[in-house]
Amino acid sequence: MMSTSLPSRKLFDQDWKRVSFWGSICALSQVFICLVGLPAELNRRILIESTLSLGYLFIIWVPLVFGYVVSKMVELEGVENPKPGAAELLSGAITGLLGGLGLVVLMLGIDNFDLRDPLLNWNPKLLRLLTFENSIGFGSMIWLLVGVGLGVFGASLHQMTTRIRKMVAYAIFGLFTLAVLEDVIDDLSEGLRLEWLSDMIYAKRGGITVTSTIVIAVVLAALPLLTRGKVKEAVSRYRSSDNPAEQQRNSIVLFALVAVVFLVLPWFLGGIINELLANVGLFLLLALGLNIVVGLAGLLDLGYVAFFAVGGYTTAVFTSPNSPWFSPETHFGISLLVVVVMATLAGLLIGAPVIRMRGDYLAIVTLGFGEIIRLLFLSDWLKPYLGGSQGITNIPGIDLGPWEVRGADPRSVFYMVLAFCVLAIYVSWRLQGSRIGRAWMAIREDESVAEVMGINTVNSKLMAFVVGAVLASFSGAVLAAKVGSVFPKSFEILVSIIILVVVIVGGMGSITGVMVGSLVLIGILGGPRQPGLLQEFQNYKLLIYGALLVFMMLKRPEGLVPTARRTRELHQEEYLQDAWLGDDDSEQQEEAGERL
Amino acid sequence: MTETALLEFRSVNTHYGAVHILKDVDLAIYPGEMVCLLGGNASGKSTTLKTLLGMVTPTSGEVLLDGEVVNDKPTSYRVVNGVTMVPENRRLFKRLTVKENLELGAYLRDDKEGIEEDLENIYELFPRVKERLSQKSGTLSGGEQQMVAIGRALMSRPRVLLMDEPSMGLAPALVQQNFELIQQIHEEGVAIFMVEQNANMALSIADRGWVLQTGRVVLDDTAEALLANPELRSSYLGES
Repeated sequence: MMSTSLPSRKLFDQDWKRVSFWGSICALSQVFICLVGLPAELNRRILIESTLSLGYLFIIWVPLVFGYVVSKMVELEGVENPKPGAAELLSGAITGLLGGLGLVVLMLGIDNFDLRDPLLNWNPKLLRLLTFENSIGFGSMIWLLVGVGLGVFGASLHQMTTRIRKMVAYAIFGLFTLAVLEDVIDDLSEGLRLEWLSDMIYAKRGGITVTSTIVIAVVLAALPLLTRGKVKEAVSRYRSSDNPAEQQRNSIVLFALVAVVFLVLPWFLGGIINELLANVGLFLLLALGLNIVVGLAGLLDLGYVAFFAVGGYTTAVFTSPNSPWFSPETHFGISLLVVVVMATLAGLLIGAPVIRMRGDYLAIVTLGFGEIIRLLFLSDWLKPYLGGSQGITNIPGIDLGPWEVRGADPRSVFYMVLAFCVLAIYVSWRLQGSRIGRAWMAIREDESVAEVMGINTVNSKLMAFVVGAVLASFSGAVLAAKVGSVFPKSFEILVSIIILVVVIVGGMGSITGVMVGSLVLIGILGGPRQPGLLQEFQNYKLLIYGALLVFMMLKRPEGLVPTARRTRELHQEEYLQDAWLGDDDSEQQEEAGERL
Repeated sequence: MTETALLEFRSVNTHYGAVHILKDVDLAIYPGEMVCLLGGNASGKSTTLKTLLGMVTPTSGEVLLDGEVVNDKPTSYRVVNGVTMVPENRRLFKRLTVKENLELGAYLRDDKEGIEEDLENIYELFPRVKERLSQKSGTLSGGEQQMVAIGRALMSRPRVLLMDEPSMGLAPALVQQNFELIQQIHEEGVAIFMVEQNANMALSIADRGWVLQTGRVVLDDTAEALLANPELRSSYLGES
């Protein structure tokens, strides 16, 4: 064993294959992003006044990330790595350069050939954007320089000390968050009568002003120096507290804080942000329900939207005067009881035939059932009862004595949704630690063995289905009252998929994870029909959802905020190996069992 | 024997679809006995276990528990009445902790003190398990997993323990240790019904045994007699 690290590599001692591989991927990614139309579409959204738009950001993050990736070294235990040095920076530079060359080729291509027929975005608009409304030579120069610069910067991230890296990260992420949250902060400062603050940060036409960018970057970079890891310490102390009484007290304090924020916040927010939060809540309610089905019981239900639709339609039929066939015009509260009954029935009806299937088969069959329900609502056969494609309109708001919850008043909707979410969180939390929760986890792990333990697997799984169904139907009921109408097209398959992505990205089985997931995904990107904070994303939402899902599965399968359990299990090398072996075993056993 | 058998098969037949698996099988396990079931691949050993536990319903014949016909009773009924299985290859709930695995063994019990008491007994039996209570069971070594699997089964206070290939997938050094463990549990009064490929080892500790061949019981005798049986020696004990 050597006691010191090896000297750094010689400058030109490069792994050319690796560098050219990542460089080409970098170039291809940039060209892909351009041709998809992201930069042109997102160019309207200014992040930093007259300097950076979201559109450009979507091009320039690529060389940065690939510069970082290409210079990353595989750290093997017991093997000495050469000290990083200029050679790594050069790899980053070359990668970025190749990426820039990709854009140059694209510009020349657009200038000389017309491929607009298959490639919609192969147009002068993109060219103008890439050349900064200047000559191609000028544009090429800029992109090559930017590529090299960001590639080197990405590579240099490995060579910074932890503290500097942290400062850089704080500054970049902080600025990005501020820029993205511009609408919220604007809105909030208006509510708090602090307009001067937002006027100072943001320029009139959108984006952070250049001066405040610099000031904020410096302040943010100084933050880690000032706190010196005290925050982290406090968090870890909070997490690792062994004393159950203290733990409980901590959770109560935290919960109270969050509750107060959510109760007070809407008064300082305008209609648009409140509306947005109400949407986040509706999807959170759905995601919490699906989290029980998928995260706890391990039943991959791809037709979850069916229960959402049942809740919406039941409310519509029972409260709307326009319901074509049966129109008792009851109060929302009474219809809610019917919703629970209908959702339970739907859960049993869909659940009973499919619950004996496992894994992939269950996913496919539930996918089918989800579509069947939507097509039933759309069908001519049920048109006299449910209105077909015209749906049911004129659903009244929720009359709560002194208050009325209706779509025109997003704040009231937000409070309504909040109440349901709190209920759902409480239910999920209690169920997790309960006997049935234990049974669900056992079934998720190994169904046959769960049966051997004496767990009634069919009943337990049906129970999970029904609990999930009821939570989803609540969401549907509030949605109907909020929007004032229901149409079959509001209950597309896409809803199921997006909720599933929220659960997976947030962290399966983790209540906090699901909350963060819906806040980030639905709040920023938006739901299937609901715009998020970055409304410019509207057309690219699914692309980004997909990319995010792939990235999460590869790099962070436990989700953004995993349960403590999942992190341990997924990052334990030893466990992974065991799991591989173990999975092989159980598969073989199942095969053997089926043969018998 | 005039005693009532704890578990009994009376000419049991089972089918998977059209395939006839068990053919007129008769078995009886008496309280406190140690018996074993031998047989090659696809001879119906696993089906026998599944039928005893109620996961497979016989097409004809009777399964009796304490002399009562339990053909239509669910698995949970049999678990409550003292029948438990240690599955093949242990099959712990890998992503749950050791403690959670043990507690799931007592899923159908609601006597809190009794469960605590049994947990203590298991810690005493397997001190290694106690050290690893909060660890994911999937991270344990093979031998430790076997302890947890047995512990999990014991948590339901069984009167008879069905063991599916207890020595399969264990390192050779652990096989002997494993059989000693089984004997130890047996000495505490739990009847053991073992399905084993390792016929030599199983017969050396068992009282009686059966040999299954393509779903039919072809030999039914005391362990000594089976060990001495030339036919068995040639086909299962690897002697020609």
